[in-house]
Amino acid sequence: MATLPPVSDDAARRNLRTGALAFTGALAMLGLGYASVPLYRLFCQVTGFGGTTMQATESDAARAATLATGRQISIRFDGTSAMGMPWTFRPVQATDTVTIGERDIATYTARNDSDQPITGMATFNVTPEQAGKYFNKIQCFCFTEQTLQPGQEVTMPVLYFVDPAMLDDPNMAGVEQITLSYTFHRAKDPVNPAASGIN
Amino acid sequence: MATTAEGFDAHHDYGHDAHDHADHKPGFFARWFMSTNHKDIGTMYLIFAIIAGIVGGAISGIMRVELAEPGIQYLQWWAQFMGGANDINTALHMWNVFITAHGLIMVFFMVMPAMIGGFGNWFVPLMIGAPDMAFPRMNNVSFWLTVAGFFSLLFSLFVPGGTGPGAGTGWTVYAPLSTSGSVGPAVDFAIFSLHLSGAGSILGATNFITTIFNMRAPGMTLHKMPLFVWSVLVTAFLLLLALPVLAAAITMLLTDRNFGTTFFNPAGGGDPVLYQHLFWFFGHPEVYIMILPGFGMISQIIATFSKKPVFGYLGMAYAMVAIGVVGFIVWAHHMYTVGLDVNTKMYFTAATMVIAVPTGVKIFSWIATMWGGSLSFKSPMVWSMGFIFLFTVGGVTGVVLANGGIDDNLHDTYYVVAHFHYVLSMGAVFSMFAGFYYWFPKMSGRMHSELLSHIHFWTFFVGVNVIFFPQHFLGMQGMPRRYPDYAEAFTFWHQVSTYGYYIMAGSMIFFFVNIAYALLAGKKAAANPWGEGATTLEWTLPSPPPYHQFETLPVITDSMDYHDHRPATA
Repeated sequence: MATLPPVSDDAARRNLRTGALAFTGALAMLGLGYASVPLYRLFCQVTGFGGTTMQATESDAARAATLATGRQISIRFDGTSAMGMPWTFRPVQATDTVTIGERDIATYTARNDSDQPITGMATFNVTPEQAGKYFNKIQCFCFTEQTLQPGQEVTMPVLYFVDPAMLDDPNMAGVEQITLSYTFHRAKDPVNPAASGIN
Repeated sequence: MATTAEGFDAHHDYGHDAHDHADHKPGFFARWFMSTNHKDIGTMYLIFAIIAGIVGGAISGIMRVELAEPGIQYLQWWAQFMGGANDINTALHMWNVFITAHGLIMVFFMVMPAMIGGFGNWFVPLMIGAPDMAFPRMNNVSFWLTVAGFFSLLFSLFVPGGTGPGAGTGWTVYAPLSTSGSVGPAVDFAIFSLHLSGAGSILGATNFITTIFNMRAPGMTLHKMPLFVWSVLVTAFLLLLALPVLAAAITMLLTDRNFGTTFFNPAGGGDPVLYQHLFWFFGHPEVYIMILPGFGMISQIIATFSKKPVFGYLGMAYAMVAIGVVGFIVWAHHMYTVGLDVNTKMYFTAATMVIAVPTGVKIFSWIATMWGGSLSFKSPMVWSMGFIFLFTVGGVTGVVLANGGIDDNLHDTYYVVAHFHYVLSMGAVFSMFAGFYYWFPKMSGRMHSELLSHIHFWTFFVGVNVIFFPQHFLGMQGMPRRYPDYAEAFTFWHQVSTYGYYIMAGSMIFFFVNIAYALLAGKKAAANPWGEGATTLEWTLPSPPPYHQFETLPVITDSMDYHDHRPATA
């Protein structure tokens, strides 16, 4: 073994303390890396960042309706199935014109084209991204997992409203259409596989 | 020599009396495989970086030859050579494997080991008057972790990675290409390689921080440290804060790939864009990790060969600190096109441009150091001046790309490729060659040939510019990066770029011949071959330095202000 230069006990202790402190800093950053996962999700949900849509209650909807001015906006609907998801999934209507503040319902249809029951989960997004925080969903098939039997076709409703606050947001100036997009994925771990076909 | 000896009587006495003891070296295996000596480990890092550089450089040669004309020429052959199937998809996958391997090798196994492991290990203890690093055994662990990481990456080339052998994810390893897009163990081995080298670098950073804070010679205050030591200190902090975030991100990738988690998979509530945020939170500081030690070396060299103290020492040191701090809050300029809103883009554009201020401080201070100096154009100096010019070119295109609006157009084009090669393969690499020629006589005890190193400089300078300058044109015309094929309209500048590669590759012959010449027949180097401008502590030791140095610590007095390059006699 190569010889090490002599180091006094005191110096060695000091080095160990500094080294341990530095290493703790590295560990803290590792923890922060993991903490970023829930923080990022929270951040998106709170701010509607990157087109994350908002979830609203009936009372929110009722309050929004009182602020409705009669201004209208066009909503475009989009639906796709993720790779490896053998469902045909599409909106019933391509576009719809709604009064800002008033609730509206949109429907999608989904059909299971495979020969086995499949549980799916929809993810969603709106563009332009700054519209995310004004697009509120009261009820949506995307809130829960959906299971379809082989060949089964169902209609899936979304109950939503557009918050009139968007009219005061300069970032929303010039936005005349909001696109709502869903992607159906095969659910990673179906919550209750035994319940297939019940809903 | 004469200018530096007086303050170091203690050392010189010791050098005569105890030379045999200080220079006692262990046997071959113990010396090189169980090494705890910062100079030996530094040497091993440099040799390792040169080998990795040859591999990474050869891969870029394969790519440039393929790109010399439109269509797929050689990829199919390479795919079969690597054990893949004989079809077009495997051939295209091979391309992705090459760009991935080139990027990862050059970043993690060439630039970082050379700058921090090689020059950092060699010269930080010497420059602060310390006998060795604070944790010599951990230093050894750092080195062998890096080597193990390199082998893990090389191994990944030979196992299935989805469409063919090897990991074809790009050095950024973005999900979902790196998760559901690449089945097979190749990507796992590539990720493991990053874990290993990352762990090595974190340990190394801990070591440097401890060494620099606790082991400076008496009188060597922080504000008297040579700028190279400052640069390594800032770099070590960046490593310590950035690498663990990468480790977290790629560990999430691993569990997404193998254990059914969905951190980056929207089907399970995850978000692939989160991976990009995490990666670039590491990735942007990483680019400063690769260039800051170069800044430090350039400062030492410019001052040495201008025979003047470096202009604005404190400004230079704190400019590096500022670059390090601001480097952590600009990461999203790498991902302007993921759908950030206008205000976010505005912030990241402004924050990114702020970095040009401390960088400008450094560029102008180097020029001001040369201004009115007594310049001698020795090989380290010409490489340093080449660095200043080329790094500035890369900095200018960087300010262009910092604009969120302009980046929408240039994102993922050859303009970006040209930009980051100007700051890395010209900025970082020129500073490494400058440092190599500056310290080679000190490390080896032999003088290299000035003629060969000047030829190396000029041919390399012409070569890399012919490679990368036309890539600005290609990018502005819309040539996307990471493609082996292109529309015929791009042929001309691609061909020019490939000729540039041949010139650059040819110039490397002069480098290797020069090393061989110096080691076999080079003149013996004096303790200070560069004359009165070289005032830092390493030049007070013989060349090469004894196996153990500074057993009696040198004392730094006010009259010997190293950064200030005031002659000792003043």
